[in-house]
Amino acid sequence: MSNGTAATKKGHFPWKHVVGFISSIVLTLVALWIAFYSAFSVRTIIVLIFSLAFIQAALQLLMFMHMAESSNGRIQVGHILFSAFVAIVVALGSYWVMEFGIHLEHHM
Amino acid sequence: MDPAWDEFIITGEPFILAGQIAILVTTIGIIFILTYFKKWKWLWNEWITTPDHRKIGIMYIIASLLMMIRAGVDAMMMRTQLAAPNMPFLGEAQHYNEIFTTHGTIMIIFVATPFLIGLMNVAVPLQIGARDVAFPFVNNLSFWTFFWGAMLFNISFVIGGAPDAGWSAYMPLASNDLSMGPGQNFYLLGLQISGIGTLATGINLVTTIIKMRAKGMTLMRMPMFTWTTLITSLIIIGSFPILTVALAMQTFDRLWDAAFFTLQDGGMPMMWVNLFWLWGHPEVYIVILPAFGIFSEIITTFARKRLFGYTSMVFAIAAISGLSFLVWVHHFFTMGAGPMVNSFFSISTMAIAVPTGVKIFNWLATLHRGRIRFNVPMVWALGFIPNFTIGGVTGVMLAMAAADYQYHNTYFLVSHFHYVLIAGTIFGCFAGTIYWWPKMFGVKLNERLGHWVFWLFMIGFNVTFFPQYFLGLDGMPRRIYTYFPEDGWFSLNFLSTVGAYMMGFAFVLLVYNMYYSYRYEKRETSGDAWGGRTLEWATSSAIPPHYNFAQIPEVKDQDAFWQMKQEGVDPNGVEEYQDVHMPNHSGNPFVMCVFMFIGGFGLVFHWWTIGIIGALGIFACMIQRSFSRDDGHIVSAEEVRKEEAEIREGQANENG
Repeated sequence: MSNGTAATKKGHFPWKHVVGFISSIVLTLVALWIAFYSAFSVRTIIVLIFSLAFIQAALQLLMFMHMAESSNGRIQVGHILFSAFVAIVVALGSYWVMEFGIHLEHHM
Repeated sequence: MDPAWDEFIITGEPFILAGQIAILVTTIGIIFILTYFKKWKWLWNEWITTPDHRKIGIMYIIASLLMMIRAGVDAMMMRTQLAAPNMPFLGEAQHYNEIFTTHGTIMIIFVATPFLIGLMNVAVPLQIGARDVAFPFVNNLSFWTFFWGAMLFNISFVIGGAPDAGWSAYMPLASNDLSMGPGQNFYLLGLQISGIGTLATGINLVTTIIKMRAKGMTLMRMPMFTWTTLITSLIIIGSFPILTVALAMQTFDRLWDAAFFTLQDGGMPMMWVNLFWLWGHPEVYIVILPAFGIFSEIITTFARKRLFGYTSMVFAIAAISGLSFLVWVHHFFTMGAGPMVNSFFSISTMAIAVPTGVKIFNWLATLHRGRIRFNVPMVWALGFIPNFTIGGVTGVMLAMAAADYQYHNTYFLVSHFHYVLIAGTIFGCFAGTIYWWPKMFGVKLNERLGHWVFWLFMIGFNVTFFPQYFLGLDGMPRRIYTYFPEDGWFSLNFLSTVGAYMMGFAFVLLVYNMYYSYRYEKRETSGDAWGGRTLEWATSSAIPPHYNFAQIPEVKDQDAFWQMKQEGVDPNGVEEYQDVHMPNHSGNPFVMCVFMFIGGFGLVFHWWTIGIIGALGIFACMIQRSFSRDDGHIVSAEEVRKEEAEIREGQANENG
């Protein structure tokens, strides 16, 4: 194919993918360490883990999902809005629905 | 877990023994026939490794039909067991539990979903004027993950024991404590493997539809089936990851003693229910929206009218796709989430009836003053409208949370979802298969037999499920394996069983019709079997050439092909042929998926070595693919010209 992306061209090392892959692993390990071994309060841990998750999501979108490469921005925006909608429904929705059974201090 | 040999292969049940013998005989028969007729090479080169969307679609449809036979036999056994009070037919509750679990799981995951994906594969690239899907290699991979996932699930009843916790696999019933043995592991791994394929198909079809439309085909000129496919694929991408994660969590619970959904150690069993239906409800729309698309195509073709309210139809589908993510709690109103939660989901569920109603009225208005031809696909579409509406109306009844406390867990619910799934999805699958049959095999299915199949199936369906509404209102709970004479449920149950056998007979007749028509029906001579309106009928031959279109048609209007016919434009009147770029065959996906099967089988029995062998095999295939260069091949303009000339010559002889 003549219009292959930079990563698929011969002799071009896929730096983006490797950097994305390694930083994703590092971010996950940091989150694990914070949850298991740090001495922060529960609230701080939750905030930190969430922030790390958002950073990792952004990183993956840029490094693996070719976010910046499309010629048509409208479709990208549409996809992102739809994904955000699903993510918010899944996370907040589950929290709201299951609230009657969640007692944070009991689980920690 | 290290099961003894006699526990590994299930023994002692006459029906399972019959199943084992049937599997053995069929396998030997297939191997014998393939070897005797020297077809192994043909099978590998023409089908197993093919990147051709039409062939992959056909394989999907055949596999789904086979799965439908299996789950249909499950259904007949259940109906026989319930035909009369105190029936000794299946012996014990355990066997019945296993059968309703596999019936539900197979019908949703291995029949409805892949059947529709098969039809999408056949029709969508043609409808948008593309030569194939965006990622043909991935398309082949998707099929094989589905196939081997289904096989892994299906062998459970002869090896190790079938899952028995219902198709929804609620925790803690599905946990190690209450579902001992490997049965539930088959469910988890089988669904996990086939789920990969469904997700990949979703991505594939979105990319195909967004990127590969013919020149001039704007989004608002796309055929309705392509629209529903696009929206369905977006729902797949949004919802299948939820299932993947939930299945992984339950797998961890069962294999490695994690505590996500357990009763002890801070687990939350209801979280499984929540996650399952966060996927499960969008899944309902994944299997109904494409059926809506099929009916739209058929109704416009056979009413010979443009679709009424095209724009409102598109907005209705889009609204349904958004709402489909906002209603999942109606599957567990009785969990006790409180009045705010239940009221919200009650209202959002009822709201779905609005866009669906819009669609029903659009179809009716399309029929209004149309010059209707009552061919078999059209008869199915006309049968769909009233039957599906009954299912939809009872759905609104169930949507009222307060009333649901009465209906839930009864046959009223069972009847409701069969009315929407059979009258919607299964009617749609049959109608679509009959409609696009000439595109797949170059011949129409026999119309006389086809009408018989429709009437038998449709009447049988109503005889089966209409009485179940009343059984439900009379308090008969779902998933019970027997009842007493004093319950007073005998006559309606018996009626229901009679209907089930009618449906079974109709299905056998449908399969016979496929064989009969292939042997005796007249071959189609042109690509336009039904006087179609969309581009799939604009191909030069009945079965499209492997490159689909010698020259990609240019679209100027909705119903592109109809408009060409009105203006006397021949889409195949090519002046100068061009080179065509086509994808290569690859055996990699098949091998990779066999390793998925092997690895999954190992995990089911806690045989880690086999699991690791499977994983290594999968990675080896991935690495092989990543490091090999595959740019497809070029079919030269000269070859295309020759093939087109041959097609025209053949048609001239037929007509001459």
